Amino acid sequence: MTPNAFLQIGLYVGVLLVCIKPLGLYMAQVYSGQATFLGRFVGPVERLIYRLCGVDPDAEMSWLQYATAVLMLSLVSFVSVYGIQRLQGLLPLNPESLSAVSSDSSFNTAVSFTTNTNWQGYGGETTMSYLTQMLALNVQNFLSAAGGMAVLVALVRGFTRSNTESIGNFWVDLVRGTLYILLPLSLVLAIALVSQGVVQTFSSYEEVALVEATVNADGESVMTQKIAVGPAASQIAIKQLGTNGGGFFNVNSSHPFENPTPISNFLELLAILLIPASLCYTFGEMVGDRRQGWAILAAMSFIFLGILVLTWTSEQQGNPVLADLGVDQAASELQPGGNMEGKETRFGIVNSALWAVATTSASNGSVNSMHDSYTPLGGLGPMWLMQLGEVIFGGVGSGLYGMLVFAIVAVFISGLMVGRTPEYLGKKIGAFEMKMAALVILLPCAMVLLGTASAVVTDTGRASVFNPGPHGFSEVLYAFSSAGNNNGSAFAGLGANTPFYNGMLGLAMLVGRFWVMLPVLAIAGSLAVKKTVPAGAGTLPTHTPLFVVLLVAIVVVVGALSFFPALALGPIVEHLLSTAN
Amino acid sequence: MLQQLRPAVMLLIVLTLVTGGIYPAVVTAIAQVAFPHQANGSLIKDDNQSVGSELIGQHFSQPEYFWGRLSATQPVPYNAAASSGSNFGPLHPDLKDAAEARIEDLRTEGSEDRDVPVDLVTSSASGLDPHISPAAAEFQVPRIAKGRRISEETVRQLVHQHTQGRQFGVLGEPRVNVLQLNLALDQQTSK
Repeated sequence: MTPNAFLQIGLYVGVLLVCIKPLGLYMAQVYSGQATFLGRFVGPVERLIYRLCGVDPDAEMSWLQYATAVLMLSLVSFVSVYGIQRLQGLLPLNPESLSAVSSDSSFNTAVSFTTNTNWQGYGGETTMSYLTQMLALNVQNFLSAAGGMAVLVALVRGFTRSNTESIGNFWVDLVRGTLYILLPLSLVLAIALVSQGVVQTFSSYEEVALVEATVNADGESVMTQKIAVGPAASQIAIKQLGTNGGGFFNVNSSHPFENPTPISNFLELLAILLIPASLCYTFGEMVGDRRQGWAILAAMSFIFLGILVLTWTSEQQGNPVLADLGVDQAASELQPGGNMEGKETRFGIVNSALWAVATTSASNGSVNSMHDSYTPLGGLGPMWLMQLGEVIFGGVGSGLYGMLVFAIVAVFISGLMVGRTPEYLGKKIGAFEMKMAALVILLPCAMVLLGTASAVVTDTGRASVFNPGPHGFSEVLYAFSSAGNNNGSAFAGLGANTPFYNGMLGLAMLVGRFWVMLPVLAIAGSLAVKKTVPAGAGTLPTHTPLFVVLLVAIVVVVGALSFFPALALGPIVEHLLSTAN
Repeated sequence: MLQQLRPAVMLLIVLTLVTGGIYPAVVTAIAQVAFPHQANGSLIKDDNQSVGSELIGQHFSQPEYFWGRLSATQPVPYNAAASSGSNFGPLHPDLKDAAEARIEDLRTEGSEDRDVPVDLVTSSASGLDPHISPAAAEFQVPRIAKGRRISEETVRQLVHQHTQGRQFGVLGEPRVNVLQLNLALDQQTSK
């Protein structure tokens, strides 16, 4: 808790806040079909793509057509990602001659990347060829992100339009999100990352002479070090911006080639929350009342900062086990101190904790430290943020549409209290919307808990657990929380690259993505048909501090009620054990 | 249903070309022209032979070299072709054993009898961490000086030269690059 730590957190939050308005405004222009400053260069490409693909950009879709389009794209994407992995041994751009990925792992990864989860059962540099990384995984980093943003925009149109069936054109929203938002930002970020030392090359892995020879497990002398490289920067930029999180290398952004300096760390960290936070402003702009966007942002920030304090202070306190051995864990100007197991020296405690909380509040899932090695309460923070349904910033698009569902629940509950029909943004909330909202909230919760239960009662499930005691249970709970809410980070000790986990977690990811997306689109369709009612004396204003508190309370209470018993068996017991020793 | 299939397939093909082909190719082209050293792994060359990367740590266990973080990569520590953390939870018995073994090694090699900086007894996240904290470097100075028969002041000066502060005075943590420091030590002693 040094002054510098406060400064680093303050700087991060400050720069993020400064970016929200310009980017939010720009994204509102993009999705409203207005001209933007990039239009002169991107416009011709956009129109060419529509012509090539037989898309009529002026044709509007009903919510069912929109949902069908989303599902179709996800389906063909799944087939493509699965196929490329299975065939990579025969395909070019494979300098390390990596063979085909196993069928269950290919299934898991294909689901993972098309659902914007980027759970990784594999290690990048030992499994995936350059071609697979680029043509399969990187493409989905763009498309799954643009897809999530498109569905959010469709929901916003449901609020702003009245007496109509149509909620926009998915293909147009997808293409515009990719070309105008994700690609330009990624290009700039990728080049900035290379300048810091992130690799970007198609040549094969480097071999260097070791200064001091070492011996391997078989007692043989090893004189050289093989260093994995690859076209990493282009992939890292979008995996941070698109809340994907799938690392180029096994250890993600803790790898020195994926995140070499504090500057690269700052930029990647900024990229995690940049679009999800700015979309709040886009939302306010598109519904014609910016205060609505700020209110949602305030609710998200409140929970974010609360969990950040928990995780940061727990990590900085260090591990009592090591303190007993005569290890110095106090922070000073000469060392970061704290719980440094699974953390990098250049990031220390504050940047690791900040990243862990940002990546799990957004459904990013990239890591710059190993969450499995966190202190019990330090690891509880990220886990619970995922269990809240990835609505605290959340995935690009998906986080905000999830939060808007909670806002609908909040106006419904306050409507019950005062005995009035609830309304939000001028639309009356009826039984249909509430049923859909309940589905959105309950099904991923159920998937997480049932998945965890099925794993811990079976031998196959338990065999993959790495850490003994309650921490082992936490590993499984974390895995299903991550998959069921499309985050993608892991307590990576869990050996999840088995047919059981590849299958079960794949299922959880599908539920987490589509069982949220489809009801949201149904809400969008149902709202678009309704007429807009002007706010009356009895309308609950949804831009006030009172509403922010209400919204925070609903999110926290639902999350706590659903998961407290499970958390008690994992991190909470572990914390008690750790302090009792 | 099927009327949406054609745009789905076509858009996937076209956008694969754009985001999976053109985009990485453009980034590579710019990177190789503007930042060739960084883009190719920040390799350290000695007489045209690569002796390591500025960003990737190497394993050191001899007393006359500075030691880095513990590394959990397999089958050798600091295996840069298969990065990995230890994933030990805070109560995992092996975490304690690894720390105890490291402390024992540090003590038998003649390091001072005081509290050991935490980054010297813990595994890094990547298993490839090139850095240690300035406190961890200072802790090892007496051992290096004795092993190489040079003054502690000389060693300290070298450490100082290879210590990076926070970027812009704010970002990240102060750190010492172990490989570059050890290379400089070798150079100094061979003079």
